[in-house]
Amino acid sequence: MYIYDHHDHAIVKARVAQFRDQTERYQRGELSDDEFRPLRLQNGLYVQRHAPMLRVAIPYGMLSSAQLRRLARIVRTYDRGYGHFTTRQNLQLNWPKLEAAPDILAELAEVEMHAIQTSGNCIRNITTDHFAGVAADEVVDPRPWAEILRQWSTFHPEFAYLPRKFKIAVSGTTQDRAAILVHDIGLQLVVDATGGTGFSVYVGGGLGRTPLIGKKIRDFLPWKHVLTYCEAILRVYNRFGRRDNMYKARIKILVKALGTDEFARQVESEWAHLKDSPATLTEAEVTRVASQFSAPAYAALPIVDISHQTKLIEDRAFARWVERNVHTHRVAGYAAVSLSLKSPGLAPGDATDVQMDGVAGLADAYSFGEIRVSHEQNLVLADVRQADLFDVWQAARTLGLASPTIGLLTDMIVCPGGDFCSLANAKSLPIAAAIQDRFNELDYLHDIGDLSLNISGCMNSCGHHHLAGIGILGVDKNGAEWYQITIGGRQGNAAQIGDVIGRSFAAKDVPDVIENLIETYLSQRLEGEMFVETVDRIGLQPFRDRAYEKAAPKHTPEMENV
Amino acid sequence: MFKAEHFHLIRGRKLAADDWVVVPELADSTGNVANGVSPAPTDANGKFFLLPLSGWLEQRQSLIAMKQSAGSPLGVWLAPTDDPALLEHDLALLDLIAVHFPKFVDGRGYSTATLLRQRFGYRGELRAFGDVGRDQLFYLARVGFDSFLISEGRDAAAALKSLDDFPESYQTAVDQAIPLFRRRDSQALA
Repeated sequence: MYIYDHHDHAIVKARVAQFRDQTERYQRGELSDDEFRPLRLQNGLYVQRHAPMLRVAIPYGMLSSAQLRRLARIVRTYDRGYGHFTTRQNLQLNWPKLEAAPDILAELAEVEMHAIQTSGNCIRNITTDHFAGVAADEVVDPRPWAEILRQWSTFHPEFAYLPRKFKIAVSGTTQDRAAILVHDIGLQLVVDATGGTGFSVYVGGGLGRTPLIGKKIRDFLPWKHVLTYCEAILRVYNRFGRRDNMYKARIKILVKALGTDEFARQVESEWAHLKDSPATLTEAEVTRVASQFSAPAYAALPIVDISHQTKLIEDRAFARWVERNVHTHRVAGYAAVSLSLKSPGLAPGDATDVQMDGVAGLADAYSFGEIRVSHEQNLVLADVRQADLFDVWQAARTLGLASPTIGLLTDMIVCPGGDFCSLANAKSLPIAAAIQDRFNELDYLHDIGDLSLNISGCMNSCGHHHLAGIGILGVDKNGAEWYQITIGGRQGNAAQIGDVIGRSFAAKDVPDVIENLIETYLSQRLEGEMFVETVDRIGLQPFRDRAYEKAAPKHTPEMENV
Repeated sequence: MFKAEHFHLIRGRKLAADDWVVVPELADSTGNVANGVSPAPTDANGKFFLLPLSGWLEQRQSLIAMKQSAGSPLGVWLAPTDDPALLEHDLALLDLIAVHFPKFVDGRGYSTATLLRQRFGYRGELRAFGDVGRDQLFYLARVGFDSFLISEGRDAAAALKSLDDFPESYQTAVDQAIPLFRRRDSQALA
């Protein structure tokens, strides 16, 4: 993990002091709501439906056990004993007090954490693959690059008041797990024919009201230019991005309006002035940062552990968990483990202080004291010995984190929705709970196989519903909550926006509709065909027919077009 | 909109008197600049006219002549949408360039300032005015502003303190040409 030096500490400490002063001035009435809003947002503090919400940054999703224990202590002390892990690998506190926010930030700073730029119209947390460093298909470890970008973007003076929020993701694998095609900038690490490291650069991806897949503006950008090139992109955006309409202010709208070629030309022209300036990265810096992400002290282990194999045969439930929640590792004898935050009874992505402390303990005992947060809102122990998997499983079961459903329909990505969020049009958590309830048969779930189901409570699309095999979007219809359904979306290299099947449904009908969609798939699928592949092959109509034949209520509103 | 007596100026990290008066975008009876009338060097209070970019471009020749004959200083202000490249060849003539922030969340002026300083090499006074307050000063100073017209109702003396909000910055900007990553070792040794 990246370890702060005295500069990093000084910068984060200064931020805590600055925000404490700003909060006090706000409370004394010296700052108006309008003046304070962007300041608190850039420190992760929203004003929500019931209370402020504080979004803590988890840079590129990596946590030490000490940091996770601190988060447990914070949710216990300042909140109601649980937190919510987000699709951008951050942690949200639902019930902190405004006046406690500076104290929380001070607690975070002690363990080299912060809430800097987790909201507001600035460069947000840099995200990456939750299997970084251990993935078998990794070309280059993305974490040092994400850290270098984190430092560059932290308090960047020119880009603190952008037209809109700005998200950057980095992928170092052949199979993208960081959703780089739906980010404002997506950076794909590549190695060229001469062995040089560089980036393919994508811009203008995003979800929300206008979902768009990112456009490639550069095939190969040599590594040392990544900061100056990003600076050029941001400058073009800061100067020319729309500011008259917040729904048209993301960089994707500018890229679309100018056209990819013209946008790329402007970036290249800007970059020509910045290229090879002192901001160009040095070998020494990359080495310094990369050395902090060096591989842990792996033991030399056999490729296959006999005791593990025996347990797999003996224990069906364990085998099922291994099948879904244990992932291949580049080092012989090791595996990566997903701890599911999708157990029935808790909102997807939520974890209690007890669970956080428990996971920190597991990380110390079995995984070199490190934890990752996945953008699918689960936790990952990245370096577990095969021989320890059975113990980890048992401990995870005790903690309620062993739902053997990673990648299955109930491994839902769900935003907090109308229960918490003041932007939401509709609740998402009760819908998630109803679906969890309906699909509680493990055999059935495993038979359905790989299928993502994502729920967003509004068009802001925090739940990434566009990218799911089945996406559910909460919409407001004359004050009532309705749900629009899309199918055929996917993330990764072939990221694709799902298609709306038709008019929206009432909350009570959603589980039936999902079941009808699943039944359509099960009856139509070819051997080994996944849900989205069946959608591709047979089209929307059979799904549409089935969904509306059974569930259509008589008083449906006309076709949604939101 | 631009009543100078309500503002407080910080210049060179000190409170200072403002000897400029902003001439709005379209013709103004005191400034005259946009009307094609030959400009006076100052208004009735002896303040120098700070001209909109359009006024400057329109009367550039006569204004330069006035500076050469009377020695009166020249100042131009830029709106967020104004292209600073239009001033590229006039920078040596200008004593003040001011960048207007209609709202403090409109961050275009930060790029304007960066371009003026880094790209075009402007060395004169660079001023932020409009919706400018204490909590923006640190970033404004980093991109090259050295004077700040703190808007009405805000405490300019208190705002001065925020210029020192952070002891160090990671990335390059106008105030620091060398990124922290090229300075870490040398600082550790010092």
